[in-house]
Amino acid sequence: MTAKVTFDQERCKGCELCTAVCPKHIVVIDQDTINSKGYHPATVSDMSQCIACASCARMCPDSVITVEKE
Amino acid sequence: MAIVYQKSAGLTDKQLHYCPGCHHGIIHKLVAESLVELGLLDDAIGVCPVGCSVFAYNYFNCDMQEAAHGRAPAVATGIKRTHPNQPIFTYQGDGDLASIGTAEIVHAAMRGEKFTTIFVNNAIYGMTGGQMAPTTLIGQKATTCPLGRTKEQAGMPIRMAEMLATLDGCVYAERVCVADMANLNKAKKAIKKAFQLQMENKGFTFVEVLSTCPTNWGMTPLKAVEWLKENMAAYYPLGVVKDIETEAK
Repeated sequence: MTAKVTFDQERCKGCELCTAVCPKHIVVIDQDTINSKGYHPATVSDMSQCIACASCARMCPDSVITVEKE
Repeated sequence: MAIVYQKSAGLTDKQLHYCPGCHHGIIHKLVAESLVELGLLDDAIGVCPVGCSVFAYNYFNCDMQEAAHGRAPAVATGIKRTHPNQPIFTYQGDGDLASIGTAEIVHAAMRGEKFTTIFVNNAIYGMTGGQMAPTTLIGQKATTCPLGRTKEQAGMPIRMAEMLATLDGCVYAERVCVADMANLNKAKKAIKKAFQLQMENKGFTFVEVLSTCPTNWGMTPLKAVEWLKENMAAYYPLGVVKDIETEAK
């Protein structure tokens, strides 16, 4: 299975709620990026470990995360 | 690739104005997803409160009506009585529902109005800048109780789900939170059940959702989640307060 998680980083507010619910601990805050709102958005550090559980997406208050799998 | 999860069709494309980590956004999603999954979105009419979620009418992808402060249950009563076959809900915070609008919600529940109320309890007045609410916990600091709420001065916090459950017209009352995935699933189940009971014309249905307010609690969103689990869930017990279906068995 390959999983793909995409973040609408411009809408992310960097609240980190997604990082706390990831069972694989691969959702992290991207400290190298700043969006136009002024936040460091969330991203995935190692996509190969993703199990497409969508916990991050379901917890995101701003619905910025889309999860796909094949 | 197959989509596992994407933004609910029950929400508009508008960006939420809520602070980072505010649980309003999650609770909006659960209501929207529930309406979509039950096939109710096209017919649904929501009534918005005054408070942080005053702009909720911009976010739900169904007909919405703004109400005067605290009067959402009265407006929803009128809408439901003229549209008896459509799913009607109010979305209210604790300042709106448990303070200025207490009379409206109590009497709507007493009359057994057949709509669903989603009550977001974050134990503080969010929009106005963090004043003490009727739901503020003992010892919790707010701008109007800088040393913490005391029982002697302000009484004990109000438990709305338990209070409304004493009324015969209220057929379903449950308290949930969205602090982790297990609780988030329970919250969605509760919201769906409330809408189902409404569509079966059972009576008034009420779901209280405990929420964080990181900005006015003065915490990071993750710290606020921990604080909610430790303090709020201790005073506001999670679970079903009333369900006429199980009581009838």
